[in-house]
Amino acid sequence: MLFVGVVLCGVAVSAAFALRAFNENLLYFFSPTQVVAGEAPTERVFRLGGVVVEGSVVREPGSLTVEFLVTDYANTVPVRYTGVLPDLFREGQVAVARGRVDSSGVFTAEEVLAKHDENYRPPAVAEALEKGRAASGQ
Amino acid sequence: MIPEFGHFALILAFCLSLAQAVFPLVGAATGNRQFMALARPAAAGQFVFCAVAYAALAYAFLTDDFSVRFVALHSNSELPTFYKFAAVWGGHEGSLLFWTTVLAIWTLAVAVTGRAQPEAFSSRVIGVLGIVSAGMLAFTLLTSNPFDRLGLEMPVDGNDLNPLLQDPAMVLHPPMLYIGYVGLSVPFAFAVAALLTGRLDREMARWTRPWVLGPWIFLTLGIALGSWWAYYELGWGGWWFWDPVENASFMPWLVATALIHSLVVTEKRGLFKSWTVLLAITAFSLSFFGTFLTRSGILISVHAFASDPARGLFLLMLLALITGGALMLYAFRAKDLAGEGGFTLLSRDAFLLANNILLTIAAAFVLFGTLYPLFLDALGFREISAGPPYFNVVFLIPMLPMAVLLGIGMHAAWRKTPPDLLRRKLKWPAVFAVAAGATLPWIVFGRASVLSTIGLAIGLWVVATSLVDPIMRRLGRGATGAPITRAQWGMYVAHLGLGLFILGVTVTESYDTELDRAVRPGETWHTGGYDFEFVGLRDVQGPNYTAVEGEFEVRRGEKLVTVLRPQKRVYRVRQDPMTEAAIDAALHRDIFIALGQSLGGDAWSVRVRVKPLISFLWIGAVVIALGGLIAVTDRRHRVQPAEQAERVRVAPVPRPASRPAEGH
Amino acid sequence: MWRYAMPIVLFAVLGVFLYRGLYLNPGSLESPLVGRPAPEFSLPSLEDPLREVGSDDFAGQVALLNVWATWCVGCRQEHPYLLELARTSGIPIYGLNWKDDRAAALEWLARLGDPYVASAFDSEGDVAIDWGVYGAPETFLIGRDGTVLHKHIGPLMPEIWRRDFLPKIAKECGSLPCPLVDGEE
Repeated sequence: MLFVGVVLCGVAVSAAFALRAFNENLLYFFSPTQVVAGEAPTERVFRLGGVVVEGSVVREPGSLTVEFLVTDYANTVPVRYTGVLPDLFREGQVAVARGRVDSSGVFTAEEVLAKHDENYRPPAVAEALEKGRAASGQ
Repeated sequence: MIPEFGHFALILAFCLSLAQAVFPLVGAATGNRQFMALARPAAAGQFVFCAVAYAALAYAFLTDDFSVRFVALHSNSELPTFYKFAAVWGGHEGSLLFWTTVLAIWTLAVAVTGRAQPEAFSSRVIGVLGIVSAGMLAFTLLTSNPFDRLGLEMPVDGNDLNPLLQDPAMVLHPPMLYIGYVGLSVPFAFAVAALLTGRLDREMARWTRPWVLGPWIFLTLGIALGSWWAYYELGWGGWWFWDPVENASFMPWLVATALIHSLVVTEKRGLFKSWTVLLAITAFSLSFFGTFLTRSGILISVHAFASDPARGLFLLMLLALITGGALMLYAFRAKDLAGEGGFTLLSRDAFLLANNILLTIAAAFVLFGTLYPLFLDALGFREISAGPPYFNVVFLIPMLPMAVLLGIGMHAAWRKTPPDLLRRKLKWPAVFAVAAGATLPWIVFGRASVLSTIGLAIGLWVVATSLVDPIMRRLGRGATGAPITRAQWGMYVAHLGLGLFILGVTVTESYDTELDRAVRPGETWHTGGYDFEFVGLRDVQGPNYTAVEGEFEVRRGEKLVTVLRPQKRVYRVRQDPMTEAAIDAALHRDIFIALGQSLGGDAWSVRVRVKPLISFLWIGAVVIALGGLIAVTDRRHRVQPAEQAERVRVAPVPRPASRPAEGH
Repeated sequence: MWRYAMPIVLFAVLGVFLYRGLYLNPGSLESPLVGRPAPEFSLPSLEDPLREVGSDDFAGQVALLNVWATWCVGCRQEHPYLLELARTSGIPIYGLNWKDDRAAALEWLARLGDPYVASAFDSEGDVAIDWGVYGAPETFLIGRDGTVLHKHIGPLMPEIWRRDFLPKIAKECGSLPCPLVDGEE
């Protein structure tokens, strides 16, 4: 019985730790429309997804800092990123950025991902794009 | 003609798998020996036709038969021969064919070696494997026929193999994993057969051991290879991403590891029987679940094959049939598998139980994190995912205590251990681990964190406790009783590998240096104790790609350490850019450089990483697998029952409590 | 004993979630366009830049609009089936060539066969945006009154045609080949 007690305690404690880790590390996904509407938190990291607007990628020559616009066809959010972009990052294609938004509405990314698949988009992004389309009234 | 021939062979294989499923099971239930006698011929025939189908598809690839849809989508006339062969398993349909062929090979191996077992038992094992075969062959034939033709509109050339997969490690990674995944069907079949028979004796546990160790070795190597591949091919220097599909391969590994340990208890002590059966069912179910995850498109991941819900539904039904059926049987029959005695808290039995619980908890946490987005989505909440930090924290919670307990458990005896014995053996390893863990980081790196100290101490503890027995024996001290058996050597080696792995993870994660930088030719900089110089760029022509190649000289002081040449490739057919990192690997550190993109003019972004001790990750994994291999070769797993009985009579086994534990 | 039944219960719960999850795919996402009038457009034809192809071309008919491109693997995959549909279904298929290279697209049609009554050339992707296209291939089913009856994302395959398209076509037309609204059979 003592043994079972010890095991149960261990399981309970580790489950509590796990839940805490879980809550702290959840990544929410927001679309540009939600960010523009102020629904996204300013104090925590989240993921922003959408299409990189054609012609919007601007880089200071010779610098690692790059800026571009991400859209869901209804609204657009400027993104700033310092670092190496993934191979499949392209204008007109879907990108997902992880980072924070500041009070001026600029999203500073810690990481930028592009999808490997050329046919399909991540469901979260796809849904956001659909909603963006619907919201902009065709 | 050849593809139609292959298709036909696959249909025949399916028919034989049905026979292999039905006759032996019915025969065993009704005691019909003629029916049971069909098990082996059906399994052999099924293997032959699977192999023929596989050869036919390989032939279509090697001869560039682009009238076959699967070949057109995954190969190209320019593709090097080596990769044409690998492309057979580079896509959904072909990898399924590979899956079923591997299952046929495992089945054949079980059929050939199982003659010493009671006929009804081995018939049931083969019959259960036949059900799995029939399900997967039906899935292949009905939803994913690799021999489909494109009809009249045959393309001039193929679409090419995904460039990510054009890599020597990638040629080996999926087959290793599949062999491991599929091999877990054998212990699954043993478990179901035990439930059908209504008993699980020690002998059955002993037969099962090598059939868990074998797939587990392949799984270990396959996962390590995949991690290594991700490390140098995906281009960004990470080695584990907690990607859903990585998790899908890792969960069966965790459960299979637990199973190996609980089987020992069942074999030596006749305990944990129903638990062992449950683990065997879970291990295979999780590997089947991995197949479902990758092919149903239910979770989006870099590994996912083109998906469609119809396929997912079929696989889900198959999973429900196989796992659901086995668990249903478990619900009704498990109570027949009662244990044969008790044990105390300070015994090897108890430590192995703790190991099992902790490994299962770890697997459950990983499963939860992987499926969490799905749970929320299904309940209509917003899109959320659990990031790698979740997994890192959650995984450490059960694993740290497990590593500590493992060092003690290795030296505990069955049923009851005199505390004195443990104290004598473990005093010095404990002192060494704590002292070295606390001081080494300061001496080598000049800084330490709580986590790096704990990690180092635990890694050293596992290494030291794995070595203490062989060393003491060598020194002629504390050499009590029997010599170390093969199985015991296997245990020490595998645990040593785990210790090395823990050291590798701790050091590389705590002390790596990462730098993203914009550089121009001629520029020099200093990172992680090395001086780098960007010499210049040139264009390179590969067999089916063109590339820009950078040249970097790495110096330490005045001495030239290495010249690294990372590439940015563009494959001609698919036109996707690919980062080909350059790595100078050494035992004590890797230097890693990857080209990012052109920043205009002659400036480029580069990522530089110096990763100390990362080689220990792969070395550790290989040593773990080696331990498994040593354990498999233990003669006791192979001797026939009669011979075994004789050996026992000649050399009676001493009472467990009076001698140190026998290995597993 | 109940504790031996725990695993099967847990597995059943998991199974229900997995089953639900299967149908939450991007492929089954309902387009907001379905049930609404199809957006009007007029674009240069792929074959002849001087000729216009647009929604007027299929006004009053039941038609398919297939979004495709030469860079898209799924399009390659569905192409043989589109050819078959063009031969056998009696429903006109219009192509929307999306963000593609004109020469490559013409070469593709010459090489693989042309299932389309006509293809519109949408090099900038403007029309695709109006239609809510978020990947290729996609196929829209348009009714006689110009409403979007169905949208399929991903390669069009026989089982999908039978499952999703045929019932809607049958409802709209009553029979195949689909009679035109003006009764000119």
